Amino acid sequence: METPRPFSLLCELTYRCPLQCPYCSNPLDFARHTTELTTEEWKRVLTEAAMLGVVQSHFSGGEPLVRKDVVEIIGHAHEQGLYTNLSTGGTLLNEKLAEQLRAAGLDSLQVSIQDSDAVNSDRLAGGAPSFEKKIHAARIAKEAGFPLTLNFVLHRQNIEHIGAIIALAEELGAERLELANTQFNGWALKNRMVLLPSRTQIEAAAEIVHAAQKRLKGRMEILHVLPDYFEQFPKPCLYGWGRVFMTVAADGFVLPCQTAREIRGMKFANVREGSLEEIWFRSEAFCKFRGTDWLPEPCQSCPRKETDFGGCRCQAFLLTGDATATDPVCSLSPRHEVIARALAEAGSAGSEQMIYRNPGESLKNLAANI
Amino acid sequence: MEIQDTAKPRLAGKARLKWDATREKNLLLFPEGVLILNPTAHAVLALCDGERDITGISKILGEQYQTEGIQKDVKEILQRLVEKRLVEV
Repeated sequence: METPRPFSLLCELTYRCPLQCPYCSNPLDFARHTTELTTEEWKRVLTEAAMLGVVQSHFSGGEPLVRKDVVEIIGHAHEQGLYTNLSTGGTLLNEKLAEQLRAAGLDSLQVSIQDSDAVNSDRLAGGAPSFEKKIHAARIAKEAGFPLTLNFVLHRQNIEHIGAIIALAEELGAERLELANTQFNGWALKNRMVLLPSRTQIEAAAEIVHAAQKRLKGRMEILHVLPDYFEQFPKPCLYGWGRVFMTVAADGFVLPCQTAREIRGMKFANVREGSLEEIWFRSEAFCKFRGTDWLPEPCQSCPRKETDFGGCRCQAFLLTGDATATDPVCSLSPRHEVIARALAEAGSAGSEQMIYRNPGESLKNLAANI
Repeated sequence: MEIQDTAKPRLAGKARLKWDATREKNLLLFPEGVLILNPTAHAVLALCDGERDITGISKILGEQYQTEGIQKDVKEILQRLVEKRLVEV
């Protein structure tokens, strides 16, 4: 089969961030990767991406707005004909910057908020006041004319506020609301005991979300991503490894998935050493799990293998030590008991103490790769 | 809500049409999504300027493709895109 070309590029412009969310998707050792790509390097990446077939560009971080050249980089993506999304924590957005981004051709803006409750939102983001700034950012984005998406990552510490979260999104005039349950890799896995919700919480939340989806149909789109720990089958990791998505990390390493750095021993290529096209088609990391030939049993003979591609590679590695294993969230996985054990343990810590994502905590982790 | 023949559709602010030269396909792009358009859907969307109504769009396409009774298909395509909030009427 011919290797498909990527549709979507995630640019993690920086790992720097004023917030410290304990479920951050950045690698645990992010503070060891400090050599950020320059403006000119990002522009080259975007030019190459457009030639390779990418049509969607997504800018995140860390906090992408800490980079002074964010407008210039997004403007360049727009000039290459790419659709542009920016995902921000919102605390650094102001009217002038919103206008500059709009003028540069930014198509869509997403603001992440940690909870509808201001005190809890600030606590989850690491302690410093950020909630009010986020609400202000959402209003600024609307006023600048952006289609606004609000992102809430759901977990044990906020899931019971789901009704108030939806109400807040309505009040702020969001076009889209993303309610994604935490994916337990990296930082979130470290904090799983505190973050993993109970089945009762998940079911109660799902009921509220369904009712809201029905009520708000045609006004606000609500995307609800369920936690895979409670599902029978795994998520279709990236809709196939090396098939639709690619990520360029802050320091130029090209990842099949933003959390792929969690897979110890996997070697990644850097845009400083080769073109995006070479890396997509020929690098070790992208070829490793492309297609379905590599799949182990019980996936190989499973009728769902083209549906979920064996699930999440990072999760397989983090929970079984083997990146080539069936994702253990699958009920057919021989290692599925690790999920049952995690569910039984969740919430039993008796404390809400979390490990925050900050450089100090990050440096306690050994360098995973490179 | 069913769309009317007199409705004047236009692309939603967040949606953009794009000719993908690499794949030689017309695409509709929106936040975190891509639709690969078939030639009919693309022809319909290219005429959605917020000025023409559905009857007008169908008439142009009917002449262009020398077919009759195309209005039902046009409405079906637009109905689906309105539900996805990619087209506004």
